[in-house]
Amino acid sequence: MKKTFTTLAIFGLLSGTTFAQAPNFDDPAEFEKQREQLTATFNGPADQPYLQYAGDEMVDTSEFQKEGPWTVCFSNAGVNNPWRVVGYTNMTEEAKLHPEIGTFTHVDAEGSDDKQIADIDDLLAGGDCDALIVSPNSTAALTPAVEKACAAGLPVIVFDRGVTTDCPVTFVHPVGGYGFGIQAAEHIIANVPEGGNVLMLRILPGVDVLETRASGARNMFAEAGLTVLGEEFTDGDNAKTKSIVEDYLQRGNIDAVWMDAGATAVAAVEAFEDQGFDVPVVTGEDQQDYLQKWRDLGFKGIAPTYPTYQWRTALIAAVNTLKGEPVPGPEWVLPQPAITEDVLDEYINENMPPLHYAMCGCEDMPNYPEAWGGSE
Amino acid sequence: MTDQSLPRPELKKRGLPKINPVYVLLVALILAIIVMNPAFGEPTGYMNFLKRAAALAILSGGALYVIVSGGFDLSVGSIMTLTVIGSSMLASNDPNSTYWIIPLMLGIGMVIGLVNGLVVSYLKVPSLIATLGMMITLNGVAFTWSGGAPRGYLPDTFRFFGRNNITDIPLIGLLPIAVICLAAFGAILWWGMHRTNFGRLLHAVGDNPQAARLAGVPVQRVRISAFVVSALTAVLAGVILGGRAGVSVDIGSGYELQAITAAVIGGAQLLGGRGSVPAAIAGALALEAIFTLLNLLGLAQPVRLVVQGLILIGAVALATSQRKRAGR
Repeated sequence: MKKTFTTLAIFGLLSGTTFAQAPNFDDPAEFEKQREQLTATFNGPADQPYLQYAGDEMVDTSEFQKEGPWTVCFSNAGVNNPWRVVGYTNMTEEAKLHPEIGTFTHVDAEGSDDKQIADIDDLLAGGDCDALIVSPNSTAALTPAVEKACAAGLPVIVFDRGVTTDCPVTFVHPVGGYGFGIQAAEHIIANVPEGGNVLMLRILPGVDVLETRASGARNMFAEAGLTVLGEEFTDGDNAKTKSIVEDYLQRGNIDAVWMDAGATAVAAVEAFEDQGFDVPVVTGEDQQDYLQKWRDLGFKGIAPTYPTYQWRTALIAAVNTLKGEPVPGPEWVLPQPAITEDVLDEYINENMPPLHYAMCGCEDMPNYPEAWGGSE
Repeated sequence: MTDQSLPRPELKKRGLPKINPVYVLLVALILAIIVMNPAFGEPTGYMNFLKRAAALAILSGGALYVIVSGGFDLSVGSIMTLTVIGSSMLASNDPNSTYWIIPLMLGIGMVIGLVNGLVVSYLKVPSLIATLGMMITLNGVAFTWSGGAPRGYLPDTFRFFGRNNITDIPLIGLLPIAVICLAAFGAILWWGMHRTNFGRLLHAVGDNPQAARLAGVPVQRVRISAFVVSALTAVLAGVILGGRAGVSVDIGSGYELQAITAAVIGGAQLLGGRGSVPAAIAGALALEAIFTLLNLLGLAQPVRLVVQGLILIGAVALATSQRKRAGR
């Protein structure tokens, strides 16, 4: 019921407009920048995407140079979905590769802004951290906490979602939300005739990296003359996803399902299967279950990614900072490849758990695949 | 599922033909859906609807036991989550595992129901708090077990109950297994509530526990049994929902409130003593029908939530006012 009242309030405020038309999530300049970065050449070793970076701006970190062993602290927004679980495993395994890290302290905010702000306060008050890595739960709420950490003289590395201050040493992230939306939308536009029907499925409103995925794709569909049947929020729930797709199927033809994140892509595919329809274009993400479903059924899929290898990069950035070596900054932009049909087989690994994210950049690590729940 | 609730002498006295408003609501909603989308009147349309509603409908039937006995069970959603996540972790993709996993899960459900009941009956913790605590605990257990990302997958033998259909049936064409489960479990729940001594004791305990105790009803045992029934139906609902949708980390969240809502739309009295299994199931179907109708109307999601909330309040207000006029 809480949801109903909240929605009533929001609805009153917006009086009928949709959430996503908020202008700050629809920035044409940023859209163009990310579109170019998708195909740009990145610096760094080609076989280690987690070390690559766009542009050649570097940040001098000599002021933070320190003798080991260090205590590296990490304030994590949460490990409340499989993407974050894979990422966190990447990070803990990376930490084992650096003997200079004496202690790796992890604090889990469990998806709460308040807890994360308190966590960062506690870490600062403890005075043990030599560097602080932050994966913010939400942008605005965590900005003051990050500023406070910077003011305490700590080198701060932010990754995944951003904050609105440039005080951190660097902000590690892949190309971005627009990029994700563009890759999925381009694939649909290329495979659906003009006038075709697209159903857009989203997790939840209000998160910057998800809003930009949607706004980028929405504009492209409009431009390409595709009809958006609707934008529905699934809360990342398979059952809800399946019901939504079934309802739309009863109303008419669906030529493509666009997703802002692929965790529920298999449920969407099953909705077509179970109702006896051919599976149209369904976009997903690099989760194993989707990749395998895509291969087995042979529909026209694509898996844009938001690579979990950025979790390794964040730790590497902290290590390099404490060594006083220059790091890409103020933003360390990582490549964001999409898995397409011709490389699909390379990313499928039957020995990994179904909810494992293939673009983990973790295959070269000593404890792979056991640490990720896989088997040889 | 065709019978009505317990006989109500006061209604007979007035000689008014009384139909539980939930059935009127359900028929109205279904007619509206068929007008919007004639395909719904075909077997594929309504069978898929029933298939989708099956988990909630079974759950509502079980939740009614606790409601009639005068309590709440907020832990059922987390039991469903635990069932799906636990089963996926244990199955490790082995299709032969289903035959021991479902009984095991029912066993776990029974223990959870017992604990709920014992805490409510003997430690005198209000059921709202006791089961809220259980809900948080179980969500924590499911999360710890899976580490946030379940590593197994539900084998097709497990998903059979929620996903498969029997096809090529004369007249109706296809019959989802979930609908068979709904009919079977619905009938058992109906029988237990309306045709056994246990059902009568449940009503007595919920209506007036003091009077029931003085009349020699083993109040504690009846209450505990109600929680066990509720927990067991939650496991069954979890099996069907997991079968339908596959593994999600918080698949059952929100179902506890939907089940209570469905029972209340079906005319159950929240402080106990009154309620009917068929009406609770009809309440669950009506709830799902509201979701479907609002979607068919093509309303934007925020508007749909507003309308949905208003319809729920309206339906319960209507049921309450009718009950008042009926002298209760």
